[in-house]
Amino acid sequence: MIEVELRVNGTAHRVELDPRVSLLDALREQLGLTGTKKGCNQGACGACTVLVDGDRIAACLALAVQYGGREITTIEGVAHPLQRAFVRTDGLQCGYCTPGQICSALGMLAEADAGMPSAVTEHLAEPRVTLSSAEVRERMSGNLCRCGAYNGITDAIREVAGARPGVSS
Amino acid sequence: MRPFEYVSAPDVATAVRAISDAPGAKLLGGGTNLVDLMRQDVERPTTVVDISGVPLTGVDELPDGGLRIGALVRNSRLAAHPVVRARFPVLAQALLSGASGQLRNMATVGGNLLQRTRCLYFVDASAACNKREPGSGCDAVGGFHRGGAVLGASEHCIATHPSDMAVALAALDAVVEVESVRGTRRVPLVELHRLPGDTPHRETELEPDELITAVEVPASTAAATSRYRKVRDRASFAFALVSVAAAIDVQDGAVAAVRIALGGVAAKPWRAYEAERVLTGARATEAVFREAAEAELAGAVGLPGNEFKIELARRTIVATLRQLRVEGGAA
Amino acid sequence: MTQAPERVSPPVEPPVVDSGPVVGRPVDRVDGTAKTSGQARYSAEFPYPDITHAALVHADVARGRITTIDSADAEAVDGVLAVITHRNAPKMAEAPKVSLLDLSTMAAGTRVNYLNTDEVHWNGQPVAVVVAETLDAAHAAARLVRVQYEALPAVTDFAAAQGDTKPAKGGMMGAGEAKKGDAEAALATAPVSVDATYTTPPQNHNAIEPHATTAFWDGDELTVHDATQSIDWVRKHLAIRFKVPAAGIRVVATYVGGGFGGKGSVWAGTLLAVLAARVTKRPVRMALTREAVFRTVGGRAPTVQRVALGAGHDGLLTALVHTGVSAVGRTGGNAEPVGSQSQHLYAARSVLIQHRTTELDMLPNTFMRAPGEAVGSFALESAVDELAVELAIDPVELRTRNEPERSPTDGKRFSRQNLARVYADGAERFGWAARDPKPRSMRDGRRLLGWGVATAFHMPIQLPADVSVRLSADGTVLVRSSFHEIGVGAATAQAQITADALGVPLDAVTVEHGDSDQPPAPMAGGSGQTASLAAAVLQACDRIKREALALAGKAPGSPLHGLRPADLRATGGGLFRADVPAGAEHAGETYADILARAGRDHLEARTGSDNRFRSAVGQARFMAGFLNDRRKWVRAAIGAHFCEVAVDEDTGEVRVTRWVGVFDVGRVVNAKTAASQLRGGVVMGIGAALGEETLLDPRTGRIMNPGLGEYHLPVHADVPRIDVSYLDEPDPTAPLGILGIGEVSIVGVAAAVANAVHHATGVRVRDLPVTLDRLL
Repeated sequence: MIEVELRVNGTAHRVELDPRVSLLDALREQLGLTGTKKGCNQGACGACTVLVDGDRIAACLALAVQYGGREITTIEGVAHPLQRAFVRTDGLQCGYCTPGQICSALGMLAEADAGMPSAVTEHLAEPRVTLSSAEVRERMSGNLCRCGAYNGITDAIREVAGARPGVSS
Repeated sequence: MRPFEYVSAPDVATAVRAISDAPGAKLLGGGTNLVDLMRQDVERPTTVVDISGVPLTGVDELPDGGLRIGALVRNSRLAAHPVVRARFPVLAQALLSGASGQLRNMATVGGNLLQRTRCLYFVDASAACNKREPGSGCDAVGGFHRGGAVLGASEHCIATHPSDMAVALAALDAVVEVESVRGTRRVPLVELHRLPGDTPHRETELEPDELITAVEVPASTAAATSRYRKVRDRASFAFALVSVAAAIDVQDGAVAAVRIALGGVAAKPWRAYEAERVLTGARATEAVFREAAEAELAGAVGLPGNEFKIELARRTIVATLRQLRVEGGAA
Repeated sequence: MTQAPERVSPPVEPPVVDSGPVVGRPVDRVDGTAKTSGQARYSAEFPYPDITHAALVHADVARGRITTIDSADAEAVDGVLAVITHRNAPKMAEAPKVSLLDLSTMAAGTRVNYLNTDEVHWNGQPVAVVVAETLDAAHAAARLVRVQYEALPAVTDFAAAQGDTKPAKGGMMGAGEAKKGDAEAALATAPVSVDATYTTPPQNHNAIEPHATTAFWDGDELTVHDATQSIDWVRKHLAIRFKVPAAGIRVVATYVGGGFGGKGSVWAGTLLAVLAARVTKRPVRMALTREAVFRTVGGRAPTVQRVALGAGHDGLLTALVHTGVSAVGRTGGNAEPVGSQSQHLYAARSVLIQHRTTELDMLPNTFMRAPGEAVGSFALESAVDELAVELAIDPVELRTRNEPERSPTDGKRFSRQNLARVYADGAERFGWAARDPKPRSMRDGRRLLGWGVATAFHMPIQLPADVSVRLSADGTVLVRSSFHEIGVGAATAQAQITADALGVPLDAVTVEHGDSDQPPAPMAGGSGQTASLAAAVLQACDRIKREALALAGKAPGSPLHGLRPADLRATGGGLFRADVPAGAEHAGETYADILARAGRDHLEARTGSDNRFRSAVGQARFMAGFLNDRRKWVRAAIGAHFCEVAVDEDTGEVRVTRWVGVFDVGRVVNAKTAASQLRGGVVMGIGAALGEETLLDPRTGRIMNPGLGEYHLPVHADVPRIDVSYLDEPDPTAPLGILGIGEVSIVGVAAAVANAVHHATGVRVRDLPVTLDRLL
């Protein structure tokens, strides 16, 4: 067992961890933060997306012992207009992929703010990103939604992106 | 996942000592491939050496205009690097077409190179797989092998290497720097991975105790006009059926320099030397592109489930070169 | 110390509309905040302090007997509490015989009595369960259980088994036959005909929430948190299998992370979690891995279908033949009724519909979103497109020309007949008139464009539902029923229906659901939940209004004194005279005033009965009525799909670039959630069209892609803007005019895509999925 300080949503937790425990399982089973979901446990669905120091990652493929001292944000620590936008645009149905979609979208918006390109970015050297529908859809493709709420999710993200300075949609 | 001893290495020296001391140790970077395979009982390291804190995270310009990339640079950071975007677009595109935003934030350059095949029979412990269990046979040959190799495969293994980034690096003549307790050595990227032959379990030229510390990409005139074209079963977040990394320098309608590598077709990023030979000095026309593609795929061998890749690879080579010719001409 | 957690009721969002009729309006989901904040709890997420974790061990032979099990290494793993095998498992009763009088007898996904037998019936069947203190210990130990088998000959190759088929039995998914005239003879003499074979692969539901069960025994009382679409079935089935009274079993499924039919039956994970909890006397959580879901929960069966159409040069059909063979398991499963829509859609003079099955030694199939029609429509609607090409008639025109006045095979009337309308609307919205019918005639740079259409058709079911409605003196309303929120916005819809029925604001209504302590609701399936519940909610609200009127009527001072129900309307939080304008003096009074005067703190009405005998009688009566109704009417939701695809001329990559769907689904309760559900069906259909396929190795019967990395669901980038609209007219034969919308929109999608691909490329793909290798 390894003692690690997990900093989640601004709170530090000292936990004893079997090094096999994924960040996802540590959050869900040890800290009781079940808002982060397990959909495939293989990095293939995005339901477990959390933010680490602002970057979105798949918590199922992260060993928790690797993330001591980092600032981890889960859906329980998110209070953002995007959540309301998801409800308004109906960017959800069963709700199981939703926390991952929202955390992923927040990480994605930060990436766009930093000018990071995507696989569909026409002019790679262009330092600014325009979050067209195609850009949002490509950048969010790591988050599966079997209910098929993709249109609403894209709308919610573009609505919030457009409302912020520095990012055009 | 089986239990293991966890060692966190703060620097290269500690890391190489740790893997040298513990046979059966595995290096852990982003975890995107290793953790998954450990969970599926395919990887069973007794010791896991966590190198995610080792400071190999720089992307530095070399005096000749090339790049030196630390082995622990995250895929997303490398793709976003201004020099990569401006001078090596094929590399940025390859990185960005791989996996998802989340996984690119985790995956490292070194780990990406050493990721293992996605062959369905490799990851299922109940299947025969010479790569996972030497001598057990290959269930993929008579089974599902849509993802399987058409170049350089053997009767023992038809697995493909799944990396996109490595295909771009192969086209860019990258060199891998490797460290062990015996010192440092450099391996050209095109020689890093092995073809299966009758030892498909030996996937690279690295020794088990070696650590990739950096990748160097030399300057290249062709790289500025370069592109990565990935063909896959869905629009995003899928491995390549076929991919093409190409860089071309066309002067007065003739090919002055060209680099092509293929992904999804072999156990390694497949540098298309035959195609390059046909193209170099020739007119940059559709007919010549097709001739080059034919030449490269002349030795390809397909099975019922992946034979289509041979024609798909030819067409994707032609399409990529055609697009580069347009872009190069427009530039 | 173990305690069942507190009941969770979904928090209610601030109101979007505060009064007035709300049925039909685009109201936000009442559980939207719970779901976007991580507060909504799913079945693996209820905390028990001394929870244990269970993992399955799967057989890796298709058929055989277990000869040895060596569990010593697994038992030696630190934290392992039990390794349960057929050697030491407690006895479970067999699954009950199926009876139409009690639908819950159909609950079992398979007939296998898990861990009570040494027989293996499919590659992947659970043969052991490991229970441990931690997840990691359970899964690590499960890898160490070594099982040896005496393998027996197995049939695992669907394609090779086509020679050994038999007529389909009826059963859950209702694979009927139909015959009218001599279709084969008519086909042979038809001036124009098409006759082709179509195939569809096995598919899996792949709800993003994997099946999970948390089970806890307290003596003979059992609490189960289960990811299910059938709370009542789970409860009754567990009572039978574990020989305890159903009254002592509580099944909770407040939120379910998607179902699509995959959570409709009781599968191994649920049974074995309950069994493991019995063995360990601890709460057990069985959260299936994605692989375990693939290996233990049935999916959609593969099919081989023949559709042959004969027509005159005028396009009128003289013959329609639709036959299908689908795979079932040796231990369960149902025929895919692929010809379902073919019995009703076209006015063919002669018709032959037949379903056959072939038994394989594999995991039984189950219902998956629009069983039958989802894949049957691929064959039928592709064939209609092929005929349109042969006839050189526009495919929309061909379909409307053949719209029947009465159901062609049985003469039944349609409750609605709007196919021509939805096609006309869709054509307008899509711009269909600009289509050049010649294949390869439209392009966008190096991409070939194609436009395709297909018809959606689905007959929703209705089932008996019990609800209780309680109107309190403060004007608030509590609706309770153990229905399922699997993503459809069920609580939101019932809150809207209740608000309008009682004339109270939406935010006055709270809906509690997903718990067997509530009055029993039917399974969420067959697109029937909303209408089934609506009937019960309306009935209960009606009783409350009558009781309120009776109370008021006794009071001489009440403006309602002497009035009859027909004189009134429910509005403004009370009952008011229908013949005077709203707001008029003495036109009526609020429920609060009525209850205050009568000294009552609430009125409550409950439909159905807790009494098991009366409940069974009621259910049988309902089914008799429903079936009788079905004999009279064809009650179907329909739609028209229009799509555009772009096919890369070099690589054959197909991308869907545009979609218009126009539907007739009767009355729509919530414009927002209904549109989402209709889009969702299209998205799943796009997946089936372009990528989804469960790869069963015919040599071993083993699923080789049991994960989301290799089973390709559509991702964001695959899905364009989906323009959905609907007629929004109540169906006169359905409760509140509601037809179900859960399934209709997936029907026809794959055909629309394949038809568009043909238009783009000239290549007719008759085998799903339409992957690029078929277009090179």
